[in-house]
Amino acid sequence: MLKIDNLHVRVAGREILKGLSLQVNAGEVHAIMGPNGAGKSTLGNVLAGRGGYEVTQGSVAYGGRDLLQLEPEARAAAGVFLAFQYPVEIPGVNNTYFLRAALNAQRKARGEAELDSREFLQLVREKLKGMQLPPELMNRAVNEGFSGGEKKRNEIFQMAVLEPKLAILDETDSGLDIDALKQVAEGVNALRDPKRAFILITHYQRLLDYIVPDFVHVLADGRVVESGGAHLAQELEAHGYAWVRERKPAEAAA
Amino acid sequence: MAIERTDLQQLLNRRYSAGFVTDIETDTLPPGLNEDVIHALSARKREPEWMTQWRLEAYRHWLTMTPPAWAKLNIAPIDFQAISYYAAPKQAPKSLAEVDPKLLETYDKLGVPLHERARLAGVAVDAVFDSVSVGTTFRKELAEAGVIFCSMSEAIREHPEIVRQYLGSVVPQRDNFFAALNSAVFSDGSFVFIPKGVRCPMELSTYFRINAGHTGQFERTLIVAEEGASVSYLEGCTAPMRDENQLHAAVVELVALERANIKYSTVQNWYPGDEQGRGGIYNFVTKRGDCRGDDSRISWTQVETGSAITWKYPSCILRGDRSVGEFNSVALTHHRQQADTGTKMIHIGRDTRSKIVSKGISAGRGQNTYRGLVKIEKSAANARNHTQCDSLLIGKKCGAHTFPYMEVKNPSAIVEHEATTSKISDEQLFYCRSRGLDEENAVSMIVDGFCKQVFRELPMEFAVEAKKLLEVSLEGAIG
Repeated sequence: MLKIDNLHVRVAGREILKGLSLQVNAGEVHAIMGPNGAGKSTLGNVLAGRGGYEVTQGSVAYGGRDLLQLEPEARAAAGVFLAFQYPVEIPGVNNTYFLRAALNAQRKARGEAELDSREFLQLVREKLKGMQLPPELMNRAVNEGFSGGEKKRNEIFQMAVLEPKLAILDETDSGLDIDALKQVAEGVNALRDPKRAFILITHYQRLLDYIVPDFVHVLADGRVVESGGAHLAQELEAHGYAWVRERKPAEAAA
Repeated sequence: MAIERTDLQQLLNRRYSAGFVTDIETDTLPPGLNEDVIHALSARKREPEWMTQWRLEAYRHWLTMTPPAWAKLNIAPIDFQAISYYAAPKQAPKSLAEVDPKLLETYDKLGVPLHERARLAGVAVDAVFDSVSVGTTFRKELAEAGVIFCSMSEAIREHPEIVRQYLGSVVPQRDNFFAALNSAVFSDGSFVFIPKGVRCPMELSTYFRINAGHTGQFERTLIVAEEGASVSYLEGCTAPMRDENQLHAAVVELVALERANIKYSTVQNWYPGDEQGRGGIYNFVTKRGDCRGDDSRISWTQVETGSAITWKYPSCILRGDRSVGEFNSVALTHHRQQADTGTKMIHIGRDTRSKIVSKGISAGRGQNTYRGLVKIEKSAANARNHTQCDSLLIGKKCGAHTFPYMEVKNPSAIVEHEATTSKISDEQLFYCRSRGLDEENAVSMIVDGFCKQVFRELPMEFAVEAKKLLEVSLEGAIG
């Protein structure tokens, strides 16, 4: 589904990703871990198409297409979803209205019929089940006045409605208390599907207690320096990131 | 961020869909202004002598005045002798059935229902084309309710006693330079009279259209709501695209007697000029409402997207005790448009309240100024005002300015002012796009959210039109 090959990315003149390669297949959950400044969020942003990220080398193929050539909205329509680390407030724009406009824009781009408001509300009600998202949030402006936990859960809710093929969660666990973390994890687990892939970007192993990944990759200095199964996360938690660096110098992994 | 310069340039081309010219024979007075012109104009309109004299008084005073220079506007000098002060379609219709089909077509193109078949729309329309009213719909239905809705020219002829009583009683002939000019040469406009206790059975609306070149439009609107009466009135405006600047200097007077309620909504889409600032309408307008009776209420709602230059301060005089004034405004300036707009709330009666919500949007090289006065007179015990003034900037070359004035002479008053300035952030844009919305939809959604508070005050059909208008006006204004 996704094949990242030798990706080099500069941000504001500084090279952040230095030859990152990663393959993600449908149905898989990949966790990307690593210390601050390793380039984890850069990876998520480049995949979603945020501006200001200059790809100097390498390629990203998604479903056989060159992902980097697509506008952010075209990537969304093609099934790429980024759950933001810091979801953005849009004052005065109703949350439900926003989500419906987004879903219909994607459907239109894919040549599918748009949903009318009745159909959409039905979908929302269905997806809200088990989300433990206060229903009144749907009538407020997008993320405006939401608590940190509500913002993150709203991202997961958007994901549930938009049904992406490739979901990237950028530190969705940061700033969440244990209850909110569990709810987010439940939301993600409910969406696990043989046709859907996840990339979980996280700093801590905590999230992975609740969402068990198929693969764990350690990112350091702009490269994947170690890959393994779910157990790798536990070892990291026990030994710290320094342990990886000592075992595997960055050059060796390139 | 990532938005390419070239995309930006491409998107900056605004479409002005109302910019066509109707090819119709016009009876036009030659350019220039003097007492003979005023006599000629008054004669063309078959006005009574008192009206002609009223005009001449205004004209003589206007000669002693100079254009106001205090606004934050850059106005090229206007040659008042180069303007024609009267232009009218040659075939004067006697009834709607006789209106020139070309005119009907014009209004159809603009989406204004002049046919009675537009009954479904449930809105009575007065259409003003250049200097004259070309037709008013639903007259019979309104007459049954006792409501008078007709052109100003007709009102002067048919209802002189009411016109004489109220004309100039809110905006006197000598009020300001442009009001004095209007008083001297006003051509047409709408007249609305809602008698005691009557709730007007439908929305009333006037659609102003400038068509002829080198002319000015000077319309005069007077709305009187007697004791306990209420009315909702809408006005819309468009003009063809021309390289010249055309002057539009209107006066609107509202009078609300005891317990009367007047709601006045405007969607102003005069031609704004091109990207370089060539052409466009000078929209220099005096609008004022007088809450003359106790417990009366006047609310102004305006969406200003057009005009090269806007100079406009719809105001309320809160004379009656417990009277209420409201001003809700969205003003958008794009390319090289300039707007200096706001309101005056003059509190005279006890327990009077006023609310001001102003939303300014600047894009391109647009300059947007809010100017507002809240005045609490000594007599206005327990007066309250709340002002909220928000500016949204799109791009780096535009400007937003706020000049709130407050004069408080009664210590029991509470006057509050809130102001914010924000930008459409790259973050917001990327967030919307990452969810599948393209750039333009994202911008219009963010702007729509910004304006929501004001749009809520507009009648339903107008809210939809206003939203669309903003979308078109902002096409590509991303930076």
